[in-house]
Amino acid sequence: MIAEIGLAALWLAAALAALQLIAGSLSLTGKAESLTGTVRPVAIVQGALALLAFAALIALFARTDLSVKLVAMNSHSAKPLIFKIAAAWGNHEGSMLLWVTVMGLAGAFVAQFERRLPEKTMLATLAGQAFVSLGFYAFLLISSNPFERLNPPAGEGNGLNPLLQDIGLAFHPPTLYLGYVGLSVAFSFAIGALLTRQVGPAFAKAMRPWVLGAWIFLTLGITAGSYWAYYELGWGGWWFWDPVENASLMPWLAATALLHSVSVLASRDALRIWTVMLGVVAFSMSMVGTFLVRSGILTSVHAFAVDPERGSFILVLLAIYIGGALTLFGLRAATVSEGKQFALVSREGALVFNNVMLTAILGIVLFGTLYPLVTEVFDTKVSVGPPYFNPVGAVFFVPMVLILMVGPLLRWRKDSFARIAKVLILPVILMLGAVAVVLGIAEYRGIDGALPFVGIVLAAGLAIASLLPLRERNLLRTPLTTWGMVLAHLGVAVALFGMAVESAYKVEKLVAARVGETTSVGPWKVELRGIEPVPGPNWTAIEADLLASYKGGATSAVKPQSRSFWTPPQMTTESALLTRWNGQLYAVIGDEAQDGRWQLRLWWKPFVTLIWFGGIMIALGGLLSLIGRVAADIRRGVARGRIADRHESRAQ
Amino acid sequence: MRGLLFLLVLALCTPVVWAPLAAQDTLPPAPYAYEQLEDPALEARAQALMETLRCLKCQSQSIADSDAPMAGDMRSQVRKRIAAGEEPEAIRKWLIERYGDYVSYTPRFTALTWPLFLVPMLIVALAALLLRRRFRRGGEG
Amino acid sequence: MSTQGEGRQKISPMAVWLPLFLFGVFFALVIYGLASPASRDVESAMIGKPLPEFALRPAIADRPGLSSSDLSIGEPRLLNIFASWCIPCAIEAPQLETLNAQGIEVVGIAIRDRPDDVAAFLARNGNPFSRIGADDVSAVQLGIGSSGVPETFVIDGNGIILYQHIGVIRREDLPLIMDKLAEAAR
Repeated sequence: MIAEIGLAALWLAAALAALQLIAGSLSLTGKAESLTGTVRPVAIVQGALALLAFAALIALFARTDLSVKLVAMNSHSAKPLIFKIAAAWGNHEGSMLLWVTVMGLAGAFVAQFERRLPEKTMLATLAGQAFVSLGFYAFLLISSNPFERLNPPAGEGNGLNPLLQDIGLAFHPPTLYLGYVGLSVAFSFAIGALLTRQVGPAFAKAMRPWVLGAWIFLTLGITAGSYWAYYELGWGGWWFWDPVENASLMPWLAATALLHSVSVLASRDALRIWTVMLGVVAFSMSMVGTFLVRSGILTSVHAFAVDPERGSFILVLLAIYIGGALTLFGLRAATVSEGKQFALVSREGALVFNNVMLTAILGIVLFGTLYPLVTEVFDTKVSVGPPYFNPVGAVFFVPMVLILMVGPLLRWRKDSFARIAKVLILPVILMLGAVAVVLGIAEYRGIDGALPFVGIVLAAGLAIASLLPLRERNLLRTPLTTWGMVLAHLGVAVALFGMAVESAYKVEKLVAARVGETTSVGPWKVELRGIEPVPGPNWTAIEADLLASYKGGATSAVKPQSRSFWTPPQMTTESALLTRWNGQLYAVIGDEAQDGRWQLRLWWKPFVTLIWFGGIMIALGGLLSLIGRVAADIRRGVARGRIADRHESRAQ
Repeated sequence: MRGLLFLLVLALCTPVVWAPLAAQDTLPPAPYAYEQLEDPALEARAQALMETLRCLKCQSQSIADSDAPMAGDMRSQVRKRIAAGEEPEAIRKWLIERYGDYVSYTPRFTALTWPLFLVPMLIVALAALLLRRRFRRGGEG
Repeated sequence: MSTQGEGRQKISPMAVWLPLFLFGVFFALVIYGLASPASRDVESAMIGKPLPEFALRPAIADRPGLSSSDLSIGEPRLLNIFASWCIPCAIEAPQLETLNAQGIEVVGIAIRDRPDDVAAFLARNGNPFSRIGADDVSAVQLGIGSSGVPETFVIDGNGIILYQHIGVIRREDLPLIMDKLAEAAR
């Protein structure tokens, strides 16, 4: 029964999305003014129905209803409840349903609360949103019905894969989806504004919180994913420029650029076309990323994810949305003026420069990721990896960070370097100091080897420069949005410092150690005290009992494991981490060597934690800005409401 | 198969990332597969090279961070050759002769890969053009 | 035009359509990629080149080992790369038997394997090999550009690698392999 309710709700939601699209479009053309009033309520009910469908799916998973195919394939009665629930979106159909649900709710939210935009733009936006949702509804209902019944019901579920029972895994996909859906709302706003040619500050202000929100989730998603790869994969790497990682980085780069240009548009009414363009590009990148991952089109990406039918479906949606949006852009952009002008040396100038740099990096990442596909046309395989992305990305990243130090100090419209030169002395001195230190202790290891040292110098300068906007300000009265900017920029410096120092100064030690032996890695002494078998719920592990001491100080136990699961038979390494303020000791146990020795892999990774700490700071900075913006919007809304009330009461 | 969306992918399907136990050999790893060279300078050269060579069994990992036995054998080759005084680029060339450009993450400049070098330059030019157009007008006023 | 003023300049028509053009290129590329999915096999770049020099110890007691000189004696050979721990290798064993029964000399290289395991594997699946070399550190495998097991190479009488078959030899692959062997004999 629950499954049928869910399916019915899904069909109804899809029908309402169609209605929303038709009503919205008709009222735009002015042919059906009477329909205008229906668009907002329809959007709200559509969101509610999608939520109902999703709730039905959660309920089916929570009670492990094995007569539903999806449940039988992806869950198991013996799973802990939290993983049963997480299994609801831990599969293709469920994740698509989650996507349309979040999208429907976002649409409902916009319909209910967004009152700043001209009504026409609003209708166009909601029609655009319905258009995007409709594609996903079609995808679900035609080719991936999550509520399909199984007759006869399965005896037991299939989804007891222990490797997937990870709390990080359970919440990672929803985080990304929130980011993607936020970008889809921004996309709809961009379409709405293009259709009505009303690309102005009001549009930017309506779009901004969605971009900010999406960007926060994407930042968190990338940060968490990087940390997961770091501790789970057992080799201590935190970024590999793998196509799948790049697929997640591209929407983030576009969203970062969009975030900044939408701010310029909101406060200065400049960069109109550029902002609309980025709004389209950001959502395109999340679709492109999803497509690349799902279709398995890139040789390197997970052969096991390949599903050509679904890949093609996403490609069709991609073609309709993005091709359509870019055609609309081509038709309309020439009739939208660029907005207010500004000087090269100005806040806008710096923002534009960095926007272009971010877009260039995005271009490089996209091109490098797709290039192997190009050579396959000529029947040759090539690999594009870190040795390409690092230096080529740096060409754009380095100037970007330099401008990032200066930009927030500049005034809007027109400024001069002479005015801020005095303030910049501090970061310049710090960078020169960092250069001296780095030159003093580093050996030259080619261009690639030099990059981390450039990173250290830039991070030092940016750390100070990012705080400078707070100088001579009453900190208590500094708006939250300024705090947000400062924190996010400081986060960039912190993360960059972590990446650069880790790359330049990590120490690796591979040893075959006997029990009782002590080995050293960087400043650490590590003693192998014993090897013990450890039983788990559905695995057995070999655990190394290590005793580590930093520079002869107090000792701590470190216990890496090598786990063997039974069903299905799989081996995983569980690395053990020992965190200090200045870095992490990373330990992995490998196989037993012939003569009773054990393979140990040890790394000392100075300041590596700053990478993710910086990522969290960046996201927090975004959150502060978002709170600041929304609070201001609410205050303004309340004030406007009061004025309206007063008018009303006076009129009576 | 690192990272982020990987999780998502992982959550969507049964992973075969962890090779089933049955298809693993039982020989101890090759010499230098899990051992470093004595000389830290040589080891650093070997490590730098290994990070740019692709593990052929695992599709999207370098041999420096893979547990696949073949990656271990490739590390063994690399370290032995470096220890014997061979230049890293000579070893890369040797591998490319056997597996084609696929084995190296560092693209060479060839008839097929020139766009990898040209496109960044084009992007620089495009960015410069965009910025110039933008500011030539605004700069005066 | 002052900086205060509303910028009335329009971006050039070319620039406006550039994003759609780039998207079109992307779309064409992935359509092509989807329509003709690239094989995931890594082909050896050694086809047409001579085998590298090697000499491998015997992998089992009752067959001699294998060295490169055994493969340039004027007659073509089928070189099979296998391992006892490789499950698909057992699947192609009957095809190797068939080839052997037709008078084709098959030599083998066992990758990262123990003599006992190889012997047990051959006892179970039949032994079509006249020589089996043991490659404990995949050195020869790397030397000939092979990236997995099973793989099979056709070597001509002068020790030149003529053909590489990646993966299991299925029944329907036999004619092609026979052709390649005939070509090698010419």
